[in-house]
Amino acid sequence: MLTIKNLSVSVEGKLILKGLNLEVKEGEVHAIMGPNGSGKSTLASVISGRNYLTIEQGEVTYMGKNLLEIPPEVRSKEGIFLGFQYPVEIPGVSITNFMRTAINEKRKHLELKPLSGAEFLKLMEEKQKILKIQSKLTNRSVNEGFSGGEKKKNEIFQMALLEPKLAILDETDSGLDIDALKVVANGVNLLRRKDNATVVITHYQRLLDYVIPDFVHVLFDGMIVKSGGKELALELEEKGYNWIKESLKKT
Amino acid sequence: MQNNNNKLINKVTQSDYKYGFYTDIETDKAPKGLTEDTIRFIWEKKNEPDFMLDFRLKAFRHWQKMKEPTWAHIQYNPIDYQDIIYYAAPRKKPQYENMNQVDPELLETFNKLGIPLEEQKQLAGVAVDAVMDSTSVTTTYKKALSEKGIIFSSFSEALQNHPELLQKYMATVVPYTDNFFAALNSAVFSDGSFVYIPKGVRCPIELSTYFRINAANTGQFERTLIVAEEGSYVSYLEGCTAPMRSENQLHAAIVEIVAHKNAEVKYSTVQNWWPGDKKGKGGVFNFVTKRGICKEDNAKISWTQVETGSAITWKYPSLILKGNNTTGEFFSVAVTNNMQQADTGTKMIHSGKNSRSTIISKGISAGKSNNSYRGLVKMSKEATNSRNYSQCDSLLLGNKSGAHTFPYIDVQNKSSIVEHEATTSKISEDQLFYCLQRGIDVENAIGLIVNGYAKDVLNKLPMEFAVEAQKLLSVSLERSIG
Amino acid sequence: MTELNHNNNSLKHDVFKNILVGLYEKNHDKIIGNSSVIIQKLRQKAFEHFKQNGFPDKKMESWRFTNPEPLFRDDYHIDFESKFRKIDVSKIFTCDVYDLDTYCITLINGWFAYQNSPLSRLKDGTVIGSLYKAMEIYPDIVEKYLGSVAKINEQGLVSLNTAFMQDGLFIYVPDNVKVEKPVQVINIVDSDKPVFIQPRNLIITGKNSNLTLVHCDHSLTHNISFTNTVSEVVLHENAFIDHYKVQNKGRNSALLTSLFFLQEKNSILANNVITLNGGFTRNQVDLSLTDENCTADLNGLYLMDRNQHVDNQVFVDHAASNSRSNQLYKGILDDQASGVFYGKVLVGRNSQNTKAFQNNKNILLTDETKINTQPFLEIYADDVKCSHGATVGQLDTDALFYMRSRGICERTAKQMLMYAFAGEVVKKISIEPLRDNITKLVEKRLKGELSICDQCILNCSSREPRFIQNILD
Ligand SMILES: Nc1ncnc2c1ncn2[C@@H]1O[C@H](COP(=O)(O)OP(=O)(O)O)[C@@H](O)[C@H]1O
Ligand SMILES: [Mg+2]
Repeated sequence: MLTIKNLSVSVEGKLILKGLNLEVKEGEVHAIMGPNGSGKSTLASVISGRNYLTIEQGEVTYMGKNLLEIPPEVRSKEGIFLGFQYPVEIPGVSITNFMRTAINEKRKHLELKPLSGAEFLKLMEEKQKILKIQSKLTNRSVNEGFSGGEKKKNEIFQMALLEPKLAILDETDSGLDIDALKVVANGVNLLRRKDNATVVITHYQRLLDYVIPDFVHVLFDGMIVKSGGKELALELEEKGYNWIKESLKKT
Repeated sequence: MQNNNNKLINKVTQSDYKYGFYTDIETDKAPKGLTEDTIRFIWEKKNEPDFMLDFRLKAFRHWQKMKEPTWAHIQYNPIDYQDIIYYAAPRKKPQYENMNQVDPELLETFNKLGIPLEEQKQLAGVAVDAVMDSTSVTTTYKKALSEKGIIFSSFSEALQNHPELLQKYMATVVPYTDNFFAALNSAVFSDGSFVYIPKGVRCPIELSTYFRINAANTGQFERTLIVAEEGSYVSYLEGCTAPMRSENQLHAAIVEIVAHKNAEVKYSTVQNWWPGDKKGKGGVFNFVTKRGICKEDNAKISWTQVETGSAITWKYPSLILKGNNTTGEFFSVAVTNNMQQADTGTKMIHSGKNSRSTIISKGISAGKSNNSYRGLVKMSKEATNSRNYSQCDSLLLGNKSGAHTFPYIDVQNKSSIVEHEATTSKISEDQLFYCLQRGIDVENAIGLIVNGYAKDVLNKLPMEFAVEAQKLLSVSLERSIG
Repeated sequence: MTELNHNNNSLKHDVFKNILVGLYEKNHDKIIGNSSVIIQKLRQKAFEHFKQNGFPDKKMESWRFTNPEPLFRDDYHIDFESKFRKIDVSKIFTCDVYDLDTYCITLINGWFAYQNSPLSRLKDGTVIGSLYKAMEIYPDIVEKYLGSVAKINEQGLVSLNTAFMQDGLFIYVPDNVKVEKPVQVINIVDSDKPVFIQPRNLIITGKNSNLTLVHCDHSLTHNISFTNTVSEVVLHENAFIDHYKVQNKGRNSALLTSLFFLQEKNSILANNVITLNGGFTRNQVDLSLTDENCTADLNGLYLMDRNQHVDNQVFVDHAASNSRSNQLYKGILDDQASGVFYGKVLVGRNSQNTKAFQNNKNILLTDETKINTQPFLEIYADDVKCSHGATVGQLDTDALFYMRSRGICERTAKQMLMYAFAGEVVKKISIEPLRDNITKLVEKRLKGELSICDQCILNCSSREPRFIQNILD
């Protein structure tokens, strides 16, 4: 589904990703772990199409197409979803208006009829119920005045509405209490299907108790330096990132 | 509670100007009044190169055609430009090798001013150029500087020794046609300071000038020019005082700064000219044109000013951000008390791409004074992706003063961002009470609160100056607050 | 060629001034019409003032960025006698804000248009109608108030209007009356020749009264027009006025409005100026808070494109203590449009415990747009809370990316953000149907679908709609 080959990316002249390789297939869940500043969010930004990055070399293909040439909204309509590490507040734009526009744009892209206001509200309610999100989101502005947890839950809620093929969740678990964490994990698991894939970017092993990954990768200094099964996460948690540093020095 | 505070505030504001003494030094004066002859007199006295006479006369003829500006929020009796002495120099022209040769009386003056020349020379490492009644008295540290190729001298000396540099840069930032007072200064200025930092040189010490108006009926018209070549750095300090006199004294100065590629200039002022008495008699009329240009890419200039003196302040240290990625800063604390009037602020003219400017202005008005911030931020069409942030706060002490804010914002491209914020409020009763409850008297409490209020700006001053500025703030508020 | 063509600015001013002075003198008898001696004196004084001082020019602080000269022509037509006394307005025009249940009034080229009567007295005693007629029937009221609020001897345009004033809107709400339905006034310009129009409005609300007034400005043709309106509004003790101005004018219209408000003790004013279109628009709001405990909310929204120019001048005089004023003006400029905001809050020496806030926010969409904003505070009392802010910028790029990453195309995302930006002002409209209507108008406007041609019988729209997409609110 997603293939990244030898990807190097710089921001304002500073090289952040340094020849990264990653392959994500349908039905898989990948976890990417790594210390602060190692380039995890940068990777998420490349996949979703932020324009402040400079691609120095490498290729990214998604569903057989060169992803780097596609504008961000088309990527979204083609099924890529990014759960932002820092979701932005958009005062004055209601979630309802925002998400209905998003869904109908996607439907247009798929040559489906747009949802009417009533249909859409029903869909929202449905998803909210499934995700067990109680808070009244509908008439609030996007992320405005949301607590950290609410913002993250709102990201999962949007994911549930958009039903992506490839979801990238950038530290969606950070700063959550256990209940919110369950909402997030539950959302991810509910969306797991044979034909889609999830990449969770996380700092802690904690989320991985609920969302069992097929692969765990360690991103360090712009490169994936170690990959393994879910046990790698436990090992990391136990030994810390220094362990990776040490083992890198040895080689 | 409030009444009590006001009473106290009034009491505190009654204390006196401690810099208001007068030095008895024989001076060499031009006859009163201003004609082309006065200008020739100055030019001859100073033994200047020919191009200067031409420049001065052009400026004078232009000035004659101009009108005094009236747009500022200040009021004063008309100035009689024929009743001013345009040149006054201490007669014993000092040419000292070391400080011990300096006229002891003069040294005493500086000591009263709190400028321990020698001490600074030895301890703080500040090179001082003291300008008294428009003539540069002495310059310390010249040797250490000249080894690095730095020129730091009086304007007159520079005209003798480096005429080509002055001809190249003088009046390129503030042309004599700029405004009424700039034209006047260009015609009659008698001295000032010149600083030249060669390419790649970081000036190792703070350069400093003290200005003092001494003689009666004299105007002070000094001129400062700072040129920072590519990749150089300098921090420059300017301090001013004047004796107590019952008549008004005119001060019309020009400061020009040129920063070339990657150069950085910091210019700090503590202005404490005699503000006049409580009834508004006397005091310095301070009409100053200060402007810098970040001429090439990545240049940076900051203005920091603490303005506590002068009966009238008319002053807008400005910056032209011409190069790309240039930075301009303006940090100001202006305190007015009794009958003082200040109309001060800045202009940030952006024409380079990605240029940045910051304006922090804190106005404090007490007594019956009026304190205005006036500032222009302009983003030209070419200045894409530029930013400005301005924060202008006013604090009112007592109910007879005025605090005004006049920002002008002019944006002509879509990618620049300009943000201006301002607040006006009175000194917080809660803060005052909190201090009182902890046993701090009103006088000190106000000093404390105002210093806290102005901290963002005071922090920008070089260390040696910050302490002095803090004291000055408290002292001026002693004179000012209720 | 009829635009005055002189290189010398002051000459241009003088020529245009002299044309108007000539017109005044020539049509003196018609202009006087039914005015009483007192009104006539007022008029004459204002005329003398205009004759002496003429039009404002760029040398004046408040005219530095708005040049009135392109409006100076020698071929303006002025109706000294109305042609439109009795017509069925609905035959030529329907207003987009119209389906409100209102007392609806129409002024055509400044003259009151009516079907039955030029001046009606409602059951509750409220009088609504033509100022011309009011001068005849209620001379005491008109003489007492006319010229008492407007600065007729300070501003050239106000003097000029006062000299030429003949008709306009007159409303008198007696003490303790809450006018049941909003009053809607539609100003229409309809002429096949360049016209010069000077409506004069006088609105008086008694103690404890309550009035909602919706003022719509429209053009029916693309012909050149110059409208110079002066309105005087008095709020007596404890009165409440909810006032709206909706402006949707053609590219060749110049609309200059001067709105003077006088507020007495405990009165409350909500004033909203919404400019959707207009070749040249200048709105002056001048507010005097003369007594304690007044509240004033002044909001503005301007959405300009092509080479439209808008200038909002807001002056708030806090002349008494314990009052509160709040200004929020927001604008979006596109294409080569230019904008000016000049806001001044004056807090007098005795106006303790004043709260005054002022905010102007702008978004520029192209590098050809220009904005000048000057939010001024002049404060002489110490126990105040005053603040102001001004911003100029563009749409939040992070928000744009966030929306695009959810599949919303850039154009729609931009529109949604613009709409949210404008929404902060629209939200303040307290009459729900009006808010809904204006919401729709603003949306249409931001989508590029609203031109003045929407209401125009000629329907010769020159600009294609930019983008059509449903936005749910
Ligand atoms: N917008 C940006 N501009 C400049 N540097 C950035 C920007 N975003 C991230 N960086 C830098 O890139 C590096 C990697 O950041 P990031 O991808 O956010 O790391 P992680 O998500 O792994 O903590 C850091 O050194 C960070 O400072
Ligand atoms: Mg990150």
